[in-house]
Amino acid sequence: MYKYNDFDEAFIRARTAQFRKQVERRVAGNLTEDEFKPLRLMNGLYLQLHAYMLRVAIPYGTLNARQMRQLAYIADKWDRGYGHFTTRQNIQFNWPRLTDVPDMLDALADVEMHANQTSGNTIRNVTSDHFAGAAVDEIEDPRPVAELLRQWSTDHPEFQFLGRKFKIAVGASEHDRAVLKAHDLAVRIVRNDAGETGYEILVGGGLGRTPMIGKVLHPFLPREDLLPYVEAVLTVYNTLGRRDNKYKARIKITVHENGIDTIRALVDEQFALIRPTFSGYDQELLEEIRAHFPEPDYVKAPLDAFETAYENDPVFRSWADTNLSAHTNPDYAIATISLKKHGQTPGDATSEQMRVMADLAEAFAHDELRISHEQNVILPHVHKSHLPAIHARLKAVGLATANIGLVSDIIACPGMDYCALATARSIPVAQQIATRFDELKLEHEIGELKIKISGCINACGHHHMGHIGILGLDRAGVENYQITLGGDGSENAAIGERAGPGFAYDEIVPAIERLVLGYLDLRESPEETFLQAYRRLGAEPFKAVLYPEAKTKNAA
Amino acid sequence: MARKFTPKVVTANDLIEGDVVYLTDDGTWTRKLSEAALFTIPEEADERLSFAAAQTGRVVGAYLADAEPGETGPVPAHFREAFRATGPSNYFHGKQEAAEQA
Repeated sequence: MYKYNDFDEAFIRARTAQFRKQVERRVAGNLTEDEFKPLRLMNGLYLQLHAYMLRVAIPYGTLNARQMRQLAYIADKWDRGYGHFTTRQNIQFNWPRLTDVPDMLDALADVEMHANQTSGNTIRNVTSDHFAGAAVDEIEDPRPVAELLRQWSTDHPEFQFLGRKFKIAVGASEHDRAVLKAHDLAVRIVRNDAGETGYEILVGGGLGRTPMIGKVLHPFLPREDLLPYVEAVLTVYNTLGRRDNKYKARIKITVHENGIDTIRALVDEQFALIRPTFSGYDQELLEEIRAHFPEPDYVKAPLDAFETAYENDPVFRSWADTNLSAHTNPDYAIATISLKKHGQTPGDATSEQMRVMADLAEAFAHDELRISHEQNVILPHVHKSHLPAIHARLKAVGLATANIGLVSDIIACPGMDYCALATARSIPVAQQIATRFDELKLEHEIGELKIKISGCINACGHHHMGHIGILGLDRAGVENYQITLGGDGSENAAIGERAGPGFAYDEIVPAIERLVLGYLDLRESPEETFLQAYRRLGAEPFKAVLYPEAKTKNAA
Repeated sequence: MARKFTPKVVTANDLIEGDVVYLTDDGTWTRKLSEAALFTIPEEADERLSFAAAQTGRVVGAYLADAEPGETGPVPAHFREAFRATGPSNYFHGKQEAAEQA
């Protein structure tokens, strides 16, 4: 894991001290809210419906046991004893007092964490594949590149006042687990026919009001050109991006309105200008960063404990079958801890649960934890012999739900229960869907199915990319939910299509039930997933299940 | 003919706690919607909003929210205001919890 050097430490401490003074001046009345708001947003502090909310960065979703314990401590001391993990691998605390936030930032700095650039019109927390360093299909660990971009973008003077926020993700695998194509800019580490590695650069992806799939800006960028090239993209966006209309300010619109070829030509021009000013220090730095991400010191041990438990304990077997993924080391597994227990709030963990996950990471998983954009926690490096013990500890604190990738593993934004921007609730819809399918005991039979729920058009819940997407809106003063079908957040990224008229709050869960049960009748075999069936059959048979009354009317 | 004016309360968030607050008849702030002043005359509502918005050392983001007269004071006219007046629906936190403790 990346370890702060003296510069990082001094920077974070200075920043925290600066914010403490800003809060003091605000409380003393020397700063107005208009003056203070951009300052607090730069430090991840929002004002939501019921309280302030502090969004803490977890760069590329990686943290260690000590950091997870500190998040638990912060949750207990200054919040309500829990935290909410987000779709951008961050954690949010929902109930801080303004005057406590400087102390919270100090406590974060104590464990090399911060809330910088988790809000505002800057380059946001850089995200990555939550299986990085462990995935069987990756070319290399993408996190050193993500860390390089984090350092380059932190407090970058040219990019503190962009037209709008800018999100970057980095991946290095065939299978995209980081939703690269929904980012303003994505870096994909690829290998060419000659066996050399380089970067595919995608630009202009994004969800929200105008969902767009990222386009290839450069198919194979030489490695030493990464920072000047990304900087050139940002400069072009900063110059060309619209500032007259907030809804047209993201780079996806800049790309859409100007065309990818024009953008590419402008980027090439700017790149040629600044490339000579990069002396190669960035490459030395990347090498230094790379040394922080060594392969784990793998243990050799017999696998009997795993095999015995797998044979004899059906509950463990179900969890192992559902929540484990293949690791590059065949004696190891990647274990995903579900934060989606049926009926619970997706992505929430109590301080007690955080401490248990920290203990497990320390004892059994080379002191590493990851947060996924799907709002779960991952132990990326687990020797299989430890899995039964891990499962038992997880079970004791309600963290052993065997539902990864299934219908109840729902992404949901905070929605109207917390968010000042929301137009409807998301969390209770997710809770009720999960509870209902648990009652039906059909989850494992249904198989892979991604439901994603957003409580407004901004799409923090990635609804466009759900196999089934749900968008909560305010229609004439009541909550109304639109369903989209066929979205996909993987390397085959697709934007879901709207199925038809929306459903009222008390109609949405039955509608989802109809849709999923309808799929069971429509699929060719148990192996055909919801998305595959949708792609084979098209929307019509699914719409017929969703809107039976329309079918009757047409027949009449 | 002018549209019928929906009664308003002046609401904001407390500067320190972030908690939802409402302006009362005597110009102080309360955490309970039922204790808020309900304005039925547009000019009066606007005047009280200006008064509230000027209190930048006390509250943040003052605005007028639609409300209706209820048996024990104003009640929300829209579900967003109902959540602000109650708290989140996934946990018993916020005002609903405070109300029980009171």
